[in-house]
Amino acid sequence: MDYAATTPVDPRVLAAMKPYFSEKFGNASSLHSFGQEAKYAMEEARNNIADLIKAESSEIIFTSGGTESNNFAIKGIAFANRERGRHIITSALEHDAVLEPCEWLKKFGFEVAILPVDKYGLIDPADVEKAIRKDTILVSIMAANNEIGTTQKIGEIGRICSRKNVPFHTDAVQAFGKTLIDVEKMHIDLLSASAHKMYGPKGVGCLYVRKGLKIDPLLHGGGHEFGLRSTTENVAGIVGFGAAAELRKKEMKPEAKRLTSLRDKLIKNILKIDHSHLNGHPALRLPNNANFWFDFIEGESLIMHLDSKGIAASTGSACSSKDLEPSHVLLAIGLRHEQAHGSLRLTLGKYNTDADVKYVSKVLPEIVEKLRNISPFKK
Amino acid sequence: MDGLYTKKVMQYFKHPKNMGRIENPDGIGKVGNKICGDLMHLYIKIKKDKKGRDVISDIKFQTFGCVAAISTSSMITTLAKGKTIDEALKITKQDIVKSLGNLPKIKLHCSVLAADALSEAIYDYLSKNNLPVPKELREKHERIEQETSQIEEKYKDYIKMEKKIWKMK
Repeated sequence: MDYAATTPVDPRVLAAMKPYFSEKFGNASSLHSFGQEAKYAMEEARNNIADLIKAESSEIIFTSGGTESNNFAIKGIAFANRERGRHIITSALEHDAVLEPCEWLKKFGFEVAILPVDKYGLIDPADVEKAIRKDTILVSIMAANNEIGTTQKIGEIGRICSRKNVPFHTDAVQAFGKTLIDVEKMHIDLLSASAHKMYGPKGVGCLYVRKGLKIDPLLHGGGHEFGLRSTTENVAGIVGFGAAAELRKKEMKPEAKRLTSLRDKLIKNILKIDHSHLNGHPALRLPNNANFWFDFIEGESLIMHLDSKGIAASTGSACSSKDLEPSHVLLAIGLRHEQAHGSLRLTLGKYNTDADVKYVSKVLPEIVEKLRNISPFKK
Repeated sequence: MDGLYTKKVMQYFKHPKNMGRIENPDGIGKVGNKICGDLMHLYIKIKKDKKGRDVISDIKFQTFGCVAAISTSSMITTLAKGKTIDEALKITKQDIVKSLGNLPKIKLHCSVLAADALSEAIYDYLSKNNLPVPKELREKHERIEQETSQIEEKYKDYIKMEKKIWKMK
């Protein structure tokens, strides 16, 4: 139950990709028929992805994934518009792939305002409006959080940015293909997405860039992707991304309904455990995300016991992070260090069933009990 | 998850030895790790052997922490059980790591925590019984005490809860 980390490639996606390794191996920039065959497949993928978010295909720039898309959006807008201003607005629960580029931009004289969130991880659109200044050149707010699953009022934030004439970027790596996104209705100017979170291959993603927006490339030298990302395209990966998007368009709605019902069952069962708490918003959350914290125990220990029972999960505990700091998202919603220590994220996907939910609901309380018996805070 | 931890670590984590609390212990070591926030309590019972030396006859631990914290606590109890106090004080963090096969670099601080907990428990026993405390142990105690108070400040709500829970018993 760790589908937010990544997903398996759908067999139909893999089948679509296969010919583009050895058989149809052309470089999409070549003029001959091998090249044009690749070019054609790539453009079809671009159409499918654009279609999913109601964009035009010429507004989709392929990248190597979510991290690059976020870097591209933030640095690209910042450098292209630095004469207009150097003020950027973002939030406390963004992914590091947004926060770190913002931090890096400070070295070049940019100013970054980090908006707070409430205890559910929600950003108040009124806060965005208040934070916008004359020299604000970008607002970057994620569509749905990767850890706690909270979905933001993206449409409202988009409307405010559009009215104030400030480009609005949303990191939709988790939301893309799971919730309905309409870049027109939601006034989104830039959107990051990644294929491997939606049953596509790893190493490919895209940035939607609204037509007419001033943005600098990260990669220069070749003029690929409308001059915005030079490098020979990852044709097989792009074809896979397109195939995954096409499938999501058909399957997203019924799948979201199914997952929401599984998620709610899971949450209900797990919260029966003494001293257990839900992280994130009770209703405004991704259909597949459940996140908890359990008092008196530590998350990495939980994960490893779950793993030995065949359940994959993740945690925001300090013990499992590279810098031994707890998740900044959990701290941003007001959890204390020891509470973040006992956090657990379970994210569902299309191969999860009712039986899986039942199994986790049986196994998890036993593990929590076992670890509490070792804990000095034991009851 | 073979990559991160050795088999031995996982074995001690999944089936911890000497886990729990000793009622009326002769010494308690309570330590916290200010880096990651793990917490460890170690309890010892002391008996005299035939030669009249103080021996750790029983030892138990309680740990709020990760796989490495739990397995190092469990390992130190195994290493110290049946040892004289002098021998137990010679157990180093390297001994713990070696006995577990190895620990990931980022988790080495957990072995420090386990070694500290043991020396704190011994310090507690010696000072409670007005026995001579070696200079090194006293200095170590002063350092640990300072670090642990920082952790307890961080976890004051849980510690309050803990006290309430124990009072109810």
